Amino acid sequence: MTLKAVVRTETRARVNDFAIKLANVNGTGSASANSLLMKAIFRMGIPVSGKNLFPSNIQGLPTWYEIRVNKDGHTSRALDYDLMVTMNAQTYAADIAEVRSGGYVLYDSTWPLPSELLRTDVTFLGVPLAELCAQQFERPRDRLLLKNICYAGALVALLGVDRDVIATLLEETFGGKPKLRDANQLALKLGFDYASEQLTCPLPIHLEPMDAKEGNILIDGNTATALGCLYAGATVAAWYPITPSTSVMDNFASLCRRYRVHDGVHDYLIVQAEDELAALGMVVGASWNGARAFTATSGPGISLMNELLGFAYYAEIPAVIVNVQRTGPSTGMPTRTQQADLLLCAYASHGDTKHVLLFPANPAECFDFAVKAFDLAERFQTPVLMLSDLDIGMNDWVVPQLAWDDAFLPDRGRVLTAEELHALPRFNRYEDEDAEFVTPRTLPGAAPGGAYFVRGSGHDKRGAYTEVPDKYQEVVDRLAHKHTAAALHLPAPVLHRREGARIGVVCIGSGDLAVREAAELLAARDLPVDVMRVRGFPFPPSVRAFLDEHEILFVVEQNRDAQLRSLLVLETGVSTARLHSVLVYGGFPLSAQQVVDSIVTQTGSE
Amino acid sequence: MPSIVKPLIPLATLPRNDLGLTPRNYEGAMSTLCAGCGHDSVTAALMQALFELSIPPYKVAKLSGIGCSSKTTAYFAGEAHGFNSVHGRMPTIATGAIAANRELHYVGVSGDGDSLSIGLGHLAHAVRRNIRMLYVIDNNGVYGLTKGQFSASADIGSTSKKGEANAFAPIDPLMLALSIGATFVARGFSGDKERLVPILKAGLSHRGLALVDVISPCVQFNDHEGSTKSYLFVREHEVSATDFVEPRETIVAHVPDQGVLAVPMHDGSQMHFRAVPAGYDPTDRAAAMHYLQDRHAQGEVVTGLVYADEGVPDLHELSGTPEGPLAAVPFDRLCPGADELARLQDSFR
Repeated sequence: MTLKAVVRTETRARVNDFAIKLANVNGTGSASANSLLMKAIFRMGIPVSGKNLFPSNIQGLPTWYEIRVNKDGHTSRALDYDLMVTMNAQTYAADIAEVRSGGYVLYDSTWPLPSELLRTDVTFLGVPLAELCAQQFERPRDRLLLKNICYAGALVALLGVDRDVIATLLEETFGGKPKLRDANQLALKLGFDYASEQLTCPLPIHLEPMDAKEGNILIDGNTATALGCLYAGATVAAWYPITPSTSVMDNFASLCRRYRVHDGVHDYLIVQAEDELAALGMVVGASWNGARAFTATSGPGISLMNELLGFAYYAEIPAVIVNVQRTGPSTGMPTRTQQADLLLCAYASHGDTKHVLLFPANPAECFDFAVKAFDLAERFQTPVLMLSDLDIGMNDWVVPQLAWDDAFLPDRGRVLTAEELHALPRFNRYEDEDAEFVTPRTLPGAAPGGAYFVRGSGHDKRGAYTEVPDKYQEVVDRLAHKHTAAALHLPAPVLHRREGARIGVVCIGSGDLAVREAAELLAARDLPVDVMRVRGFPFPPSVRAFLDEHEILFVVEQNRDAQLRSLLVLETGVSTARLHSVLVYGGFPLSAQQVVDSIVTQTGSE
Repeated sequence: MPSIVKPLIPLATLPRNDLGLTPRNYEGAMSTLCAGCGHDSVTAALMQALFELSIPPYKVAKLSGIGCSSKTTAYFAGEAHGFNSVHGRMPTIATGAIAANRELHYVGVSGDGDSLSIGLGHLAHAVRRNIRMLYVIDNNGVYGLTKGQFSASADIGSTSKKGEANAFAPIDPLMLALSIGATFVARGFSGDKERLVPILKAGLSHRGLALVDVISPCVQFNDHEGSTKSYLFVREHEVSATDFVEPRETIVAHVPDQGVLAVPMHDGSQMHFRAVPAGYDPTDRAAAMHYLQDRHAQGEVVTGLVYADEGVPDLHELSGTPEGPLAAVPFDRLCPGADELARLQDSFR
């Protein structure tokens, strides 16, 4: 039975402004079809985002992909779906229920939909995907995989995707494998032809080419991070596989194979460690020995690294740690996003420890901040943690093309040359601090006379063991000052001001797009807000200044316990009474609507 | 760890090595371990090995974890960089350090608590990666700094100072290492410096990771009757797999008849060992493991060079890295530059 399009509650055209959700089964090849569509829309020059909401599973569990198209560039996650592609019978009921009234459901009409799932306020678009593929393809595996390309073909017709763009993409993807290319082209055509002949195309929600692509690229944060590490000159990398950070190292390895092999010599060494403790140990050992070294991990890995983070902080050894945050606590939801490692990272390890943190909001900042992380780590001789998250790290984002200045020279910090060392009457590791409380170090084996003893035990400024209160305190006090001094070297907060705003909204990381869109929606409701996005810790004075400017403040973050708010209170001394929270921590990327709803409710502006 | 600067007493007749340095140049701070501690003898043996090999002290990197053993890196080669890390993690620090600069001589000093309990996994993986270092375990079967708990190397039935018998099977680092591809394993006894020094020298000249387990009695907590890690017990139960042969001894033409094995070290030198049990072959892994197990079942402690294979590449050789330090590769060779970044991004459109 094929359901006819029976109800149409909205016929108003909405060009380049809609959201699609594709409900799939994990491991059935849907990812390539979905990213094909997303990439095609990007190439049509239309602002777009794709969010992969996937399970911690290799095959069989439900998985979703969301595409939001917005001509004004608002591409944070939409909660309102105009079109649902239901490819997973396990989740039909919930998926169909999620479509907005007046929206569309594209389903495989090879089999009838259970009648209890039918809604009268949405339009059901049936395409017999399984049947079409069964007629054309012999192997069961092909029939299963190509169903996805088949629905993509139907969507090309229904949404008005540029067919030349799709053809080019297929050629780029499968050009080297003619059989595969032909099969994909055929499957795409099956879906396209069926939709064109049997359904009204295009739908009122559809695409028209724009020019927003110019100067932009489509990239995920983990790839951008790996590129940053490559460009920063990292030579040693150590890691333990963990979702969602694994692709940082996968990408770094493939970039190294491409750019770091000269005449068969590998100018890099990547060690897959036995655990995260070991990974950070290797980074610390390599950094002590003068290499730029990093590791990439997620929350559980940071928990394991605590011991060595404290060691590197106290012994003053550079280290770069990329934390692609996922949902905690404990194993939590490994394939879902959160910003819940802020406090853990800020104060990781026992004793008085404070670390330098960077908070990128998108892949472009992942690239820039990764480079920055190495400079900061070496300048301040301390661990630097870059806190990305699963949304940034594993989803494709449209960002401005990454830029590089060939005049860039890495800041290797205060490392004594052999000449400088010889000029000293005696080298003491923790003496001769500069204006930012950094003392010079020496590299092992570089020159005689530079030896010192690295230790995590109590030490004085000569580096010698001590249990004397004053001598111990002299060193740890300098460390506190050094941490504060780092604030002015971190990326400054980004401010978006609005006329007449009395409310300040503070956000962090991947919350950026949703919060900026929310600010527009609030302004439209006569509730103008200023927005500040913090980009590093320790906070520079400008953060406190923004807080002081506003009577009412909302801190928007993706964790249960208002960790950014706590950090602001602890480190700026701002009054807690003025700081309210917008907390979204279910594991999916932040949506503007969630921010608007919370602020409207809390300010009583409904 | 407290460290006391040693008073310099000029001695006119000190020997000099090829660098013109004397043994004094290989000393460190004054030991703060207990009088008679086996570890101090290991430290002395390390100094002598480094001296005799004419290794410039500043080209040595000393790494350790936590424990009595790990303190000893402060007590030799004072002109060498030292790295006293955290408990059990020394092999990880060493792996990273070696990755960054393959040109230094790495000496790791660890203990049975550090390497066989908290850091067992790291030891195992350092062995698997065959990082080029001398890895010494000062093995006394006991936790000294926390006053006498059994360690993972204590034998079943071995008693603590208070008289309790250990019930759990011991971990023999040599058996473990051999089972996971170790390329150099040896055991020494801190009470026998003469035989320990050549083992350390061979280890320092080895191509990859040289694991040297040194039975090093704890005079405070594990040197009593009933302990299998006491000076007396080891002296009475020691059996040698091999003995070192001074190069000045004439090696006659038919080496196998003499039972002398020339082990060509990666640095070009040759170390000569004599098999003590007739026919013992330190290049036969299975036989070495069998011998260790067999002797252990008899309540004996095998010492000497147990196994060596100079044919296995180390981590750097396996990774195709430059001959010099990775840390010294110039930035312009590491950074692909603006044009390449622009080109690469064509694939992100």
